[in-house]
Amino acid sequence: MSVLVYTESDKGTFKKIALETASYAKTVADQLGTTVTAVTINADDTSVLKNYGVNKVLKVSNKDLDTFNAQRYADVITQACNKEGTKVVILSSSADSKYLAPILSVKLNAGYASNVVDAPSSLEPFTVKRTAFTNKAFNFSKIESDVKIVGVSKNSYGLYENSVELTEEDFSPSIPESGVHQKSINKSSDKVSIADAEIVVSGGRGLKGPENWGMIEELAEVLGAATACSKPVSDLGWRPHSEHVGQTGKPVASNLYIAIGISGAIQHLAGINASKVKVVINNDPEAPFFKAADYGIVGDAFEVVPKLIEKLKEFKAQNA
Amino acid sequence: MKILVCISHVPDTTSKINFTNDNTEFDKNGVQFVINPNDEFGLTRAMWFKEKQGASVDVINVGGAETEPTLRKALAIGADAAIRINTNPKDGHQVAIELANVVKENGYDLVIAGRESIDYNGGMVPGMLAEILGANFVANCIGLEVEGDKATAVREMDGGKETVETSLPLVIGGQKGLVEEKDLKIPNMRGIMMARQKPLNVVEPSNPEIFTDSVKFEKPEPKGEITLVDADNVGRLVELLHNEAKVI
Repeated sequence: MSVLVYTESDKGTFKKIALETASYAKTVADQLGTTVTAVTINADDTSVLKNYGVNKVLKVSNKDLDTFNAQRYADVITQACNKEGTKVVILSSSADSKYLAPILSVKLNAGYASNVVDAPSSLEPFTVKRTAFTNKAFNFSKIESDVKIVGVSKNSYGLYENSVELTEEDFSPSIPESGVHQKSINKSSDKVSIADAEIVVSGGRGLKGPENWGMIEELAEVLGAATACSKPVSDLGWRPHSEHVGQTGKPVASNLYIAIGISGAIQHLAGINASKVKVVINNDPEAPFFKAADYGIVGDAFEVVPKLIEKLKEFKAQNA
Repeated sequence: MKILVCISHVPDTTSKINFTNDNTEFDKNGVQFVINPNDEFGLTRAMWFKEKQGASVDVINVGGAETEPTLRKALAIGADAAIRINTNPKDGHQVAIELANVVKENGYDLVIAGRESIDYNGGMVPGMLAEILGANFVANCIGLEVEGDKATAVREMDGGKETVETSLPLVIGGQKGLVEEKDLKIPNMRGIMMARQKPLNVVEPSNPEIFTDSVKFEKPEPKGEITLVDADNVGRLVELLHNEAKVI
């Protein structure tokens, strides 16, 4: 009756969130006095999971699962749960996991709590802390069903190394037909995605035009960050919608969010509230973002950002 | 094509979020409620199907009588009829089961829900509904075309987008991109007048088993003061991010 965690991988390599969900699963397993079993799908080397408290891997290798398909993946995890007699399933909050979790919930007749930011505060009843009202509050939810599914918010729990013995078992679930077939995929492989990024550099209307995005990209490159933008910028077509951060755009839960030339409309702040450290650079000292940020510079972005790039390059050279 | 659009009745984005009854309930006092923004994109896309392909469009909400003005607004935008399932649900699973009952009874081909509501942000209802119905499901949907019983959908994923082929019956969790924000429909006076004549049917709930329940709410710790750095001393910001915030 181990805790089961689905550890996501991309092209055979575990994503960082896989290790975070494993860390979370280990904590829950310790609370329950049990072990952690991970389900991996087409991951090459699973040995890293032992560093994060995973005792057993159910290793699924099947080329029909090379492409993510929510229905099929939910079916694989369901079969793993049935095999292990699982009562608690841990997933991440990636777009893929949030896609498959509700399907899994119905298959397992399980209560599902998404956007969970902390280890269970109680086991009886099983209670978890989740974000609500677009990060303006937290809700403590109890899951009352026999089987429970927890979706862990990115960057909310962290990575905890916890070495254990690991056993690996090949697992060959039956793969169902799916009514949803991939036709094409358009993934930017050369850039850090907003969802995966530890640092996000975001530009607003204060940058005056798309031709000025070079310095945003340069700053992002120096920091190994993803680039993003405010809603007016994507509405004006300066940047693609996929970079729009906010209530109707993408939510960001990075360690560092740098907002340049963004005044901080409430809808934008709703999308970045979950980020740990926020920096604002804006020439208007009355911009609402200054009330939401941790660090700020009142100044002209066109003067401040090039200086910041220079200083960061010096810092990197010294700390290389 | 029969389309059902799920409408969440949510506090306006600018609302102050407070709790009452020893932090166990959301304080609705003085709060303006609106159609969930993600549902508005879906409703407008449904109107497009109505205008271009002759689809019929119903809207539905699971909630108490206080949600009816929100459903009336959806009728004013152009929906043909509204359904309210008369219960205050406790979790997404309950909502999905109540919606599924109505979908089964009325045989909808396409159900459009928002990717998540902006109050509980659970994002679970569309996927649960699809699975209960045995229908196809596309999450984070930013594009949808339907031709006969075949559908082509685009979904946003981490780091890109995916185009999929699927078929009806279909449930989508939609968002901005289904239509652009500038194209969102706003009720006009004629629509508001006509909405008064349109049916708003109240259905009694089936009251399924509850899987999750809210215990209490908590507000985040008040944020500390911002540390301002002089624009002529940018190096100080680098130092603070490294030594104090420890994020670089």
